[in-house]
Amino acid sequence: MHELAITQGVVETITERLPGARVRAVRLEIGALSGVVTDSVRFCFDLVTEGTNLAGASLDIDEPPGRCRCRGCGLEFSSADALPLCPCGSADAEVLSGQELRIISVRVA
Amino acid sequence: MTRVVELQRGLLEKNDDLASGLRARYQRAGVRVANWVSAPGTGKTALLEAMLTAAAARGLSAAALVGDCATDNDARRLARSGALVRQIVTESMCHLEADMIDRHLTGWDLAEIDLLVIENVGNLVCPTAFDLGEGQRVALLSVTEGEDKPVKYPQLFHSSDLVVITKSDLAAATEWDRAAAHAAIRAVHPSAVIVETSARSGAGVEDLLDLHLAVPATQPVPSQEAT
Repeated sequence: MHELAITQGVVETITERLPGARVRAVRLEIGALSGVVTDSVRFCFDLVTEGTNLAGASLDIDEPPGRCRCRGCGLEFSSADALPLCPCGSADAEVLSGQELRIISVRVA
Repeated sequence: MTRVVELQRGLLEKNDDLASGLRARYQRAGVRVANWVSAPGTGKTALLEAMLTAAAARGLSAAALVGDCATDNDARRLARSGALVRQIVTESMCHLEADMIDRHLTGWDLAEIDLLVIENVGNLVCPTAFDLGEGQRVALLSVTEGEDKPVKYPQLFHSSDLVVITKSDLAAATEWDRAAAHAAIRAVHPSAVIVETSARSGAGVEDLLDLHLAVPATQPVPSQEAT
């Protein structure tokens, strides 16, 4: 459940950047290969925003899919797995996208 | 009227910033720092006690920060080695974060320390996401756990350059399959260094200490985030 700590970090970052702002919506980017479970973040979000400037805000999460390139055969392939495995059998793959963990933007009143 | 404010901040930015500060402190002080991660019961504390004792025998100054949800049992065990030891009680937290390390280093002169080992909370998932500024992340796996654990928890083993097998004295009794275990580690991390150890017999403990000392204090750990 490190999603709880991560979600608390989101709230802290936003309240520090925008002190006093009434936040209506938050947009995050959590890649499919990031190891962070988006459903857990959604579950934690309402709990950790309670009593803060983010209380009641909606949460949108973009989930970029995993894209990898095999260092062995050079093939580019999709992967939903935290351990990308090339169809050629190699696990030595470079992750091109899917590891994103970012706060993109917030909508304030 | 509402407006959209672009933030573009990393989700782990607070921890990553603190960890970068810690890494710079370690580098200035010339202290090697390792972050030990494994499941509960792998034998981290027994092996660390043996390694700290070996370090003391070589005249090295070693220190340990040890994380657990409750009790200072591990710190009291480790202090027998003569090393500087502090317990970090995380209460319900399943991992250590950089600010906990920062707070628990207060009063220690890092320049006087050759090797600092951080024993993380027993957990194969959550500690992986939190950089502690360490020069080396170390994954540990005992012969009493399944040989396929590295492929079940790939992120830890993928992000650890050193993989330590523990309780090797029990390998025959548990019919541990060395080839399968090594293959599982290689599947997620082809270039990982693997060392087999036993806290009970002392096998591999000196090699393990050498591997900790071989890492320069300046080597960054692979970050989970690309940016």
